[in-house]
Amino acid sequence: MHIRLKIWRQESPDAAGSMKSYTLDQVDPDMSFLEMLDMLNEQLLQHGERVIEFDHDCREGICGQCGIMINGRAHGPLKHTTTCQLHMRTFREGEEIWLEPFRATAFPVKCDLKIDRSAFDRIIQAGGYISVSTGAAPEANSIPVGHPVAEAAFDAAACIGCGACVAVCKNSSAALFTGAKISHLVLLPQGEIESQARVQRMVNQMDAEGFGHCSNTEACEAECPQQISVLHIARMNWEFNKAQVLKK
Amino acid sequence: MLESKIPGGPLEDKWSHYKAHAKLVNPANRKKLDVIVVGTGLAGSAIAASLGEMGYRVKSFCFQDTPRRAHSVAAQGGVNACKNYKNDGDGVFRMFYDTIKGGDFRAREANVYRLAECSASLIDQAVAQGVPFGREYGGYLNNRSFGGVQVSRTFYARGQTGQQLLLGAYQALMRQVNAGSVQLYARHEMLDLVTIDGKARGIIVRNMDTGAIERHGAHAVVLATGGFGKIYYLSTLAMGCNGSAIWRAHKRGAYMASPSWTQIHPTSLPQSGEYQSKLTLMSESLRNDGRIWVPKNKDESRVPNQVPEEERDYYLERRYPAFGNLSPRDIASRAAKERIDAGYGIGPLKNAVYLDFSKAIKDQGEEKIKEKYGNLFRMYEKITGVNAYQEPMRISPAAHFSMGGLWVDYELMTTIPGLYALGEANFADHGANRLGANSLLQACVDGYFIAPYTMANYLADEIKSGPIDIRHAAFAAAEEQVEKQLQLLMGIQGNLSTDYFHKTLGKILYDKCGLSRSGKGLEEAIREIADLREMFYQRLYIPGGYAMNTELEKAGRVADYLELGTLMCYDALTREESCGAHFRVEHQTPDGEALRNDRDFSFISAWQWEGADTPPKLHKEPLHFEFVTPAVRSYK
Amino acid sequence: MGQWKQKTLNRKNWMALTGLFLCFFLVIHLLGNLQLLLPDERAHLQFNAYSHLLSGNILIKIISWVLYASITAHVIYAVVLTVTNTRASAKKYHYDKRGAVSKWYSRNMGVLGTIIFIFLVIHFRDFWYVYKFGQLPLDSAGNKDLYRLVTAVYSELWYVLLYVICMIALCYHLLHGFFSAARTLGVYHPRYAGWISIFGWVFSIVICAGFALIPLYVHFLK
Repeated sequence: MHIRLKIWRQESPDAAGSMKSYTLDQVDPDMSFLEMLDMLNEQLLQHGERVIEFDHDCREGICGQCGIMINGRAHGPLKHTTTCQLHMRTFREGEEIWLEPFRATAFPVKCDLKIDRSAFDRIIQAGGYISVSTGAAPEANSIPVGHPVAEAAFDAAACIGCGACVAVCKNSSAALFTGAKISHLVLLPQGEIESQARVQRMVNQMDAEGFGHCSNTEACEAECPQQISVLHIARMNWEFNKAQVLKK
Repeated sequence: MLESKIPGGPLEDKWSHYKAHAKLVNPANRKKLDVIVVGTGLAGSAIAASLGEMGYRVKSFCFQDTPRRAHSVAAQGGVNACKNYKNDGDGVFRMFYDTIKGGDFRAREANVYRLAECSASLIDQAVAQGVPFGREYGGYLNNRSFGGVQVSRTFYARGQTGQQLLLGAYQALMRQVNAGSVQLYARHEMLDLVTIDGKARGIIVRNMDTGAIERHGAHAVVLATGGFGKIYYLSTLAMGCNGSAIWRAHKRGAYMASPSWTQIHPTSLPQSGEYQSKLTLMSESLRNDGRIWVPKNKDESRVPNQVPEEERDYYLERRYPAFGNLSPRDIASRAAKERIDAGYGIGPLKNAVYLDFSKAIKDQGEEKIKEKYGNLFRMYEKITGVNAYQEPMRISPAAHFSMGGLWVDYELMTTIPGLYALGEANFADHGANRLGANSLLQACVDGYFIAPYTMANYLADEIKSGPIDIRHAAFAAAEEQVEKQLQLLMGIQGNLSTDYFHKTLGKILYDKCGLSRSGKGLEEAIREIADLREMFYQRLYIPGGYAMNTELEKAGRVADYLELGTLMCYDALTREESCGAHFRVEHQTPDGEALRNDRDFSFISAWQWEGADTPPKLHKEPLHFEFVTPAVRSYK
Repeated sequence: MGQWKQKTLNRKNWMALTGLFLCFFLVIHLLGNLQLLLPDERAHLQFNAYSHLLSGNILIKIISWVLYASITAHVIYAVVLTVTNTRASAKKYHYDKRGAVSKWYSRNMGVLGTIIFIFLVIHFRDFWYVYKFGQLPLDSAGNKDLYRLVTAVYSELWYVLLYVICMIALCYHLLHGFFSAARTLGVYHPRYAGWISIFGWVFSIVICAGFALIPLYVHFLK
């Protein structure tokens, strides 16, 4: 198939960027979207041009590194699908495809389609863990966790940290990412202990990074590759409010 | 002479004896000691977090944009531990035996025993960290069974066990970053090891965002950089996985052990075109209900569902009636290759076999199959556009796990004092073939429970060294060498992309140093790789500059792969036997099974770098079996 | 970041609480207004008496102050949130189809809110201001004759149309606002969250249909 591409090119974090046009022929419909970009890069290289920088690694939808705004949608037109799991058969012959980096003030663009998502790491650093040191753990079965609770905790913990929730949010809010981690940890008895301090510190960090407010449009859940429920945001709010009321 | 430093005494006392007598570092002194950890997968995050908790000053490096993306994240099935929660007779010795047998008796008894011994603590640790393992309705942990063993000892978190374990380790690491004991360097790639007076003293890294070259000094360096299966280009690994860190350490004097032992996973999606960059793994668990077959007719043109039962060759069931479709990975992969090579492969490229669920769907109902494997069927449809409830999946073998790696002793130290290799980056515990669900285990155990003790034993003598001065001439020399190499690569200005060389190398290795190897093929491969390498330095082209440049990153890795590929071929060539994943066509039984030679090859091959144009030097570490007797693996 | 800076979630809490109070007020207001649907004579006296009651009672006075405060806070917080959100998402996409995965009214609460605010200004000027500070004739019971004022205003077709349009805006604002407030306050249990969103729908439609019905009824049937 033949496709036309409009791709955001930006040399460096401080440089001004712009949309550039490219065309690509002989695209195989069974190609993954990133393989199509590989092909374009090979073509650019043959013309002596700088290749397009884009984030990717595992190419099987689990590492969370890929993330491109494709035709105005986070990770492209399919719901619950990472960029790397998207295939060219989703697009029409001759279609014009727009590629932009995930945009948010807290996710500065590094180069072309590559962005800096270290804000997510700092949110986790603020408290997204259980404070247990190596060697301090009790026998695993001494902490029974009900099957439904374990499953619910897994649902929240499945987040891959790709940032699609922020990219699709009109407010660039990181509520789904932060809420999912708070919810995962507070559901488990071993994580519940430090939930009060955790939620306050993580929410503070989320604010400090410059993410917006959640206004419950639920777009994040629709685009999330792991289908993480927006109810985790409500859970975060609940834990936060509880901590506010109960704090000494 | 290779000194494996295995403690004496009974097998079950070796590790506790070691721990009881290892040297310790006083808590007040730990903050005077710097440790560099390269890699943030399970092994890297675990050791960095553990050392940070103990009070050492740790620097943690990864090439990804955040530590949480390390490829441990992609492991699906589970992690083994001999908790015996199922009351089915599991125990440390049984797990040890399964692992050493699965590895075709090409691993050290003491190491493997320790792996089994520490497995239970790992589950405790992970649960305490909040890893949401699968549970029974009563709230207690559940297990599933996995290939090659007769007990249920695999703990799992749906099909994302690696992700959940990694997030546990990542969170522990983030906790230490917050506490100030670990400094994080994401998007930094190690390009050289610095040794001073024979000891590992630091690394040279490149900031992949800015292109800046940096020096970092430490009293010990840990490489936890994973496997190098990506050398085959098409593999189940992530695009960024590479062997550069261990390879550059190898060139500084660390020995590489058994580099040719690469596990080829039987149930991956086949290559569908030249453009393909990645072979996605479909969990091995599918073989519990799927039947593998190829048509009996070479030129079969009918769609699979129209091929009548009597014209299908269920070759695994035919060849291995006892284990059938559940034969171990190396055997299943090799049998598939045998059929494909004989011309019975299916699909447009005739490079795959069918994995058929029609019988299971008929017996158990579609609902039941959906419940067990729904996510895998969805993933299959996403990638191929085919509904596997209606027609069989196409699967094919793909490079997956490196059993080989840097040679390490019982303390996980390489032949360079102060340089450690953990997880898949070392060769240690899996012998010539890894059992399913043992890789997560090994990475975690190395990082959480072994290296913290063995490193203290070394660091105890380093307290008096004082801070490492990065102005030392050794740092300057290493930095200069790194810069020279980058300039060399940028300066070639040919007309072929790095990927061209990577794909060509991958093809050579798949054909000649893959599932089956022959002396003749390996000798050819060594010549072909040498030619390819020469061409690489004449015709490579890297557009762009020295700052952020994906092509430059890839070129450095492929330059290393071209050397590592040669070593793999030498390793395979010198091992004149078939064992585990290593199958030499000259050494097989009349019915085509692997023929091991314990008399001549019961050793670990440890290779010493002699320069790019000189054959590597082989050192042998003999394997002593005091507690088990090597037996022939039979799955017939 | 200074200590004075309020956390995002607290700002959202204030939005939710003031919003829910305004919802509560809408119920009271609607119940009062429904008296306009009574037969003409009865409606006249009863509505005026009710209005008089509301303006004299100390409890009602307090509630009315809370009401003024809620409206003001809701508006101010809306502005603050919008400013923060605009700053957080300052970089725009050149090609933006994000709207495909969310409801349009959930993304345009600010626009809907502004329409409602403009309506409020008109509404206050026409009724509240005139009643409080204007010169209204007295009815036969000696109460200010608000009823005549209402029926007079509702006889204007353009005003009725404006009123109905604003009620539609209010309806969409409530459709998102009600359940969103519950989420903000932390209703995370799937069952209750489900009930609340159903209740929110019913509430929004009943309230807004009720308010829209009155001017239509007065205009066309009285």
